[in-house]
Amino acid sequence: MNWGGWSEFWAMGGKGFYVWGSYAVTFAALAIEVYLLRRRAREAKA
Amino acid sequence: MSTTIKWFWFASPQTFFPLAGTLARWSGVLAALLAVAGLYVGFFVAPTDAQQGEVYRIIFIHVPAAWMSMFLYVVMAFWAAIGLAFNTRLSSMMASAIAPTGALFTFLALWTGALWGRPTWGAYWVWDARLTSELFLLFLYLGFMALQAAIDDPRRADRAGAVLAIVGVVNVPIIYYSVQWWNTLHQGASVSLTRAPSMASTMLTGMLLMALAFWLYSIAASLARVRCIIRERE
Repeated sequence: MNWGGWSEFWAMGGKGFYVWGSYAVTFAALAIEVYLLRRRAREAKA
Repeated sequence: MSTTIKWFWFASPQTFFPLAGTLARWSGVLAALLAVAGLYVGFFVAPTDAQQGEVYRIIFIHVPAAWMSMFLYVVMAFWAAIGLAFNTRLSSMMASAIAPTGALFTFLALWTGALWGRPTWGAYWVWDARLTSELFLLFLYLGFMALQAAIDDPRRADRAGAVLAIVGVVNVPIIYYSVQWWNTLHQGASVSLTRAPSMASTMLTGMLLMALAFWLYSIAASLARVRCIIRERE
């Protein structure tokens, strides 16, 4: 285990902005793609 | 009794449609499970890097996204070339279905790279050979998509896109070998056996799990998109 607690986990050794900025945008982008694909599939079916 | 798989049977968009749906669903489920495992290893098993501290944990999405950006381009160009050579409808549709997901991973490789570059190099962006050729890859994907969108007749759009995709494939080895051919700020290949074994093995495990997750996600997204394209065109 690397972390003494959740606050330490979110801080990422003071580099939280860069680490979470990377992960947040990555997962948001993938979620948006999945949403757009589902919408396109619904529209294509209609 | 013949055991030959009837590959050409699946080359027809209509027969491929239900198979693509099943494959997309299971690839998506597996991708999610592998991502959970990869993130667990990446954040809770892999130790703090001796030189970079915690910021190196961007590697678990940066390297897999960069790998996928190049791999998907080659797969896209492959299907585009098959479609151009044999005039198979489904091949060209696969090329069109892969492009947006490839562009997305290229953007993510650049984005996570920028957020990693700032704390380690002091700059979000440098005109280094690796970064510049990866940016060019994004333009190739966007150019392919824009070109196809600009041509009304789908068969003509497929052929025009295929030519661009095939020409652009030269850029992939340039990206890959850029760190060797030029004196780049970007570090060399990250998968190496020269680091301390205990460190490298858990970091490598996390990275490979995330790469597998992104790979299966790409399969799921491309197949889901090819189903939309089949429905829209046929």
